[in-house]
Amino acid sequence: MNDAQVEALVEAAEEGVETDGLRVPHDGTGYGFETPEVSHEGLSEAEFRTAAEESPWFVSNWHYWTHVVGGPGSARYAFLRWVEGADDHDVPERYEALSAGTDREWGQLSITATLGEDGLRRYDLRHEADTGVPEDELEGYVDPLDARRIATYDDEGRYRPLSTAPTLRTGWVYPDLEGAALVEAVEFLYPATVENWHRERRGELDITHFRETAERQTGIYSIVDQLTVEELDAAAEACCVDSQCLKRRMWDEDEETPLDAPRGEEAFPCREPCSLLVTAARKFVTLGREETRSYEFELTPTEKEQVEEIIDAVAEGRVGAIREADLNDGANRYRARYLRALRGGEHGLSNTPTYPEDHG
Amino acid sequence: MQALVIVAHGSHLNPDSSTPTYDHADAIRATGAFDEVREAFWKEEPSFREALRTVEAEEVYVVPLFVSEGYFTEQVIPREMRLEDWDVSDWDSEDGVSASSATYRASDVEKTIHYCGPVGTHEVMSDVIVRRAESVTGDPEVGAGFGLAIVGHGTERNENSAKAIHYHTERIREMGRFDEVEAVFMDEEPEVDDVTEFFSARDIVVVPLFIADGFHTQEDIPEDMGLTDDFREGYPVPGEVDGHRIWYAGAVGTESLMADVVLERAAEAGAEIGDARSRIEERSAPSVAGE
Repeated sequence: MNDAQVEALVEAAEEGVETDGLRVPHDGTGYGFETPEVSHEGLSEAEFRTAAEESPWFVSNWHYWTHVVGGPGSARYAFLRWVEGADDHDVPERYEALSAGTDREWGQLSITATLGEDGLRRYDLRHEADTGVPEDELEGYVDPLDARRIATYDDEGRYRPLSTAPTLRTGWVYPDLEGAALVEAVEFLYPATVENWHRERRGELDITHFRETAERQTGIYSIVDQLTVEELDAAAEACCVDSQCLKRRMWDEDEETPLDAPRGEEAFPCREPCSLLVTAARKFVTLGREETRSYEFELTPTEKEQVEEIIDAVAEGRVGAIREADLNDGANRYRARYLRALRGGEHGLSNTPTYPEDHG
Repeated sequence: MQALVIVAHGSHLNPDSSTPTYDHADAIRATGAFDEVREAFWKEEPSFREALRTVEAEEVYVVPLFVSEGYFTEQVIPREMRLEDWDVSDWDSEDGVSASSATYRASDVEKTIHYCGPVGTHEVMSDVIVRRAESVTGDPEVGAGFGLAIVGHGTERNENSAKAIHYHTERIREMGRFDEVEAVFMDEEPEVDDVTEFFSARDIVVVPLFIADGFHTQEDIPEDMGLTDDFREGYPVPGEVDGHRIWYAGAVGTESLMADVVLERAAEAGAEIGDARSRIEERSAPSVAGE
């Protein structure tokens, strides 16, 4: 706490104050000062200042939320309150926790709030996988705008078109952010997640279900409303589950038709199919226009399973992790090449033409 | 409080697509003219759909970083941003290059939205094209003895795309600065493939009216003009083709003076920008060739 904070409280006392257990009632006969521990009334201004100085945590806490963060209403305010559990713990509990550091996870982000000078909060933001890594072993950042570059590529250097894919790169840290800058950085890493989370907490999340999104599309995407509910469920299973995107899916086919694909576990909601899902849906619609056919293949049981293992390896993104010489893994490159050399042919798998009618 | 939201196409495949948008947004942030500046994309995030809720200001200026009036500026952006009662005639642009701004409410936020015409059809864009020519030649006086070709995509999806090209071609021609100024296109006549046929000047500056560098500006156009056989090997600046020297500038949208057009759009819609334009102009003094 500092003098300026006490001064601000004296000024605010005229209007009355009520924040996190601190009450400064004002009835015209003098100042009141109440916390869960103390209760004064009829104080002179000098006595009021003394009372304030004796409860520094309550005063600096009030000052932080009303003057630094800017008072309730905004998503920013709600998020920063959530970061330190302000609605679940009283001021002394929080200050004790903050002095050691209060941790929260937001997708793959780890946020640690601590106390700075005079009750100001400071925030450390990093990848959850870098929890506990000494700051000097990580790439240090200051400007929230740089978070856009952090979000662009994954650890393998591949472009990340979907910001909430669980592929955020590691190895960086914002060691010392103020509240507003923290929210800005989080919003560059995971755009609109804070605002949509805030709307959901207030019971005001505006969910747009797939049919409505699909019907709105024009141009090359106007066909996406042809996706059947079965295909949509497969699309959500393919693209929207936590292994692919951390947003918690709140949309379904329509209000009456929930999808079976798991919604996800994260704090922040997905309120509408995104542009990537719409683009994928367009491809899935064109795939769905083909009729199935019967093919006859000659494969050993192990080879059949190997084909399935290869599909799984690609679908789970584990191809890169298969060891070079692990010949027991069906998706191993030598195994795949061997299968192709042995069973592939001019007409593909098992030398069975895709369109037999074109081959007499 | 006033916010600026710059809306652009973005890409699921090309990480560089959003770079000019970020760069111009950062230049405008640095002027301090707006309480908040936010980028939004069709293919990236925040989406057009959710961009307005990411700013706290009640007055929001939306400037499309697109080259022409058409499908995106007239249909996609207003629809996705939920601009209530949007009607393209509110822009009062019968010739396809005169969109200014119109004011709306959006149905998912309590804000006033000033929806501006695209940067590509603003008159200041002509100056940006000229500035691009200065940048690529490294000559702030470039003009005499030079031809200037402005490259457009063409009519594939939108006839206004050609109108924007012709508009700037005519304006720059009237400046009398370059010996010749011509419009060429990727998918219609006159074609960029034959660019040297349209000029008698030995030196030709070629400026594509595209927002971001990508497949079209870095692969197709250099190969089509014969500047390189294989885009992966790059292209020389200048490069010799049919006895002409081609100074190929890449997408005009990457020119730092573009931020000035964004500001001008917002200011014309009523934004208070103070001396921000002059600060952008100072920042974006011509750079040298090959940068």
